[in-house]
Amino acid sequence: MKIVVALRVNEAAARLSLDGPETLLDALRDQMGLEGTKKGCDQGACGACTVLLDGKRVLSCLTLAAQCDGHEVTTVEGLAPDGGVHPVQAAFIRHDAFQCGYCTPGQIMSAVALLDEGRAGSDEEIREFMSGNLCRCAAYPNIVAAIRDVAGEVASHGADSGV
Amino acid sequence: MAPTPGFEYVRPSSVEDAVATVSGDPTAAYLAGGTTQLDLVLKDRVISPQRLVDITRLPLRGVTRTSDGLQVAAMTTMEELAADPTVTRELPLVREALLSGASTQLRNMATIGGNLLQRTRCRYFRDPTVAACNKRDPGSGCAAVTGHARMHAILGASEHCIASHASDLCVALVALDAVAHLQSMGGLSHVPLTEFYRVPGDRPDRETVLEHGELVTAIGIPLLPPGTRSSYLKVRDRASYEFALTSAAAALVVEHDVIRFARLALGGVGTVPWRAYEAEGILVGAPVSEGAFRAAAEAAVNDPFTVSGTEFKVELAKRTVVRVLQTVARNAS
Ligand SMILES: Cc1cc2nc3c(=O)[nH]c(=O)nc-3n(C[C@H](O)[C@H](O)[C@H](O)COP(=O)(O)OP(=O)(O)OC[C@H]3O[C@@H](n4cnc5c(N)ncnc54)[C@H](O)[C@@H]3O)c2cc1C
Ligand code: SF4
Ligand code: FES
Ligand code: FES
Repeated sequence: MKIVVALRVNEAAARLSLDGPETLLDALRDQMGLEGTKKGCDQGACGACTVLLDGKRVLSCLTLAAQCDGHEVTTVEGLAPDGGVHPVQAAFIRHDAFQCGYCTPGQIMSAVALLDEGRAGSDEEIREFMSGNLCRCAAYPNIVAAIRDVAGEVASHGADSGV
Repeated sequence: MAPTPGFEYVRPSSVEDAVATVSGDPTAAYLAGGTTQLDLVLKDRVISPQRLVDITRLPLRGVTRTSDGLQVAAMTTMEELAADPTVTRELPLVREALLSGASTQLRNMATIGGNLLQRTRCRYFRDPTVAACNKRDPGSGCAAVTGHARMHAILGASEHCIASHASDLCVALVALDAVAHLQSMGGLSHVPLTEFYRVPGDRPDRETVLEHGELVTAIGIPLLPPGTRSSYLKVRDRASYEFALTSAAAALVVEHDVIRFARLALGGVGTVPWRAYEAEGILVGAPVSEGAFRAAAEAAVNDPFTVSGTEFKVELAKRTVVRVLQTVARNAS
């Protein structure tokens, strides 16, 4: 018997018809055509599949799509309005924070959440709280630089506006 | 590719419904954050429940301060517990153990109940093409004892099984005398975490005292006496996002350089989260000194069972104990 779940993906309503065992990662890529979210290890070890679930970063390869019923999913496609780039994406481009790019959507989703968690206070803190995202090309120094850059913008913008 | 394992996904409406569903069906199992369960069912395919009962929507979430401690509902996530104000202020060993585990993504998914019941990382257990694993298939032997062992246990271990309990959190929890609250068809019961896990002996398949269908609803964490300092130290093959080779949780009260109160537990080296009672006895009343710490470490790592690949853990575990005690004592005096 099929299970029908209703969720929101990138601010749009979505309905999925499921057998049960489908992961959120497979549902995003194969049923919804959102291939920005990558499948690395498919086993919880690499972070390539990171998405936001109700604003918190999770691994879509170890989440059942059925468990997302009624919840809000954000993927890399939903970070910025059509054609635009999110400040974290812009910083990744500026700092050349990728080589092959396979881990990049996961890195970016994780970095967006990290900034939201307030854990970009130092390079050491960035490294520790980004450790769930592996990069086979070892772009780590540039990834840290990109995140530091955005954290600085947020901090100085916050100071300017008195927040 | 083998076909995707089939199972029915069900969402119980209440705790009672959940317990009745799993208790009445030997092929059913609970699904919480899924970070162990879906790994084993969908990816490694070493277990094949026919029904997964999603308990994440049950009203079992949040941390409550009680008169003598904290009550942590079982669906609270690792990140949520680490952010709790009492944990942050009064239980640094719990916070440090939580944040040293897995990654932020996993900690946002993983529940406290699931953390208690996570399965071993022994690679032979997780590889169904390996025939010899007493934990998976009782009586089949143990591939790790003669194979590649490194992440394995040296305390509570034997030739039947050397699988370690991989939780960091549980090391802090056994040091604190935490208590698991269990719901079965028969009602509610309470089991100290130090009695919750079974040292494997010749039945490594029986890991805890839980009966099939029994649900962990909460964990009670008693607070430490005023003035206690505590810490969790994890030693591993890389700086972050890795399981412990060895670890230790310690809590001390020190007055005028004399230890008045001590709690100590070890991780990465035990088949169960390992409480070191004898070492605590040595510490209480002793002066803060290298000698006392070393004596406690010797007692804590008493009578190890090692195989080729785990010998180094004997000395490493002792040094881990000494270092965590030094750190805590420095902060405490
Ligand atoms: C890549 C990776 C790295 C990790 N690193 C660490 C680490 O460094 N330190 C660490 O401590 N952990 C680590 N973990 C393990 C992780 O913490 C556990 O997988 C997690 O805590 C399990 O919780 P869950 O909610 O996802 O449980 P699930 O996977 O949903 O369930 C786990 C088991 O517990 C049972 N269960 C769950 N909840 C209950 C309940 N309330 N009552 C009865 N039975 C229940 C399930 O049936 C299942 O058998 C890591 C995991 C991964 C994948
Ligand atoms: S150590 Fe335990 S879990 Fe690992 S192969 Fe041996 S019996 Fe199985
Ligand atoms: S694909 Fe999900 S963690 Fe690697
Ligand atoms: S850029 Fe290639 S894996 Fe990270």
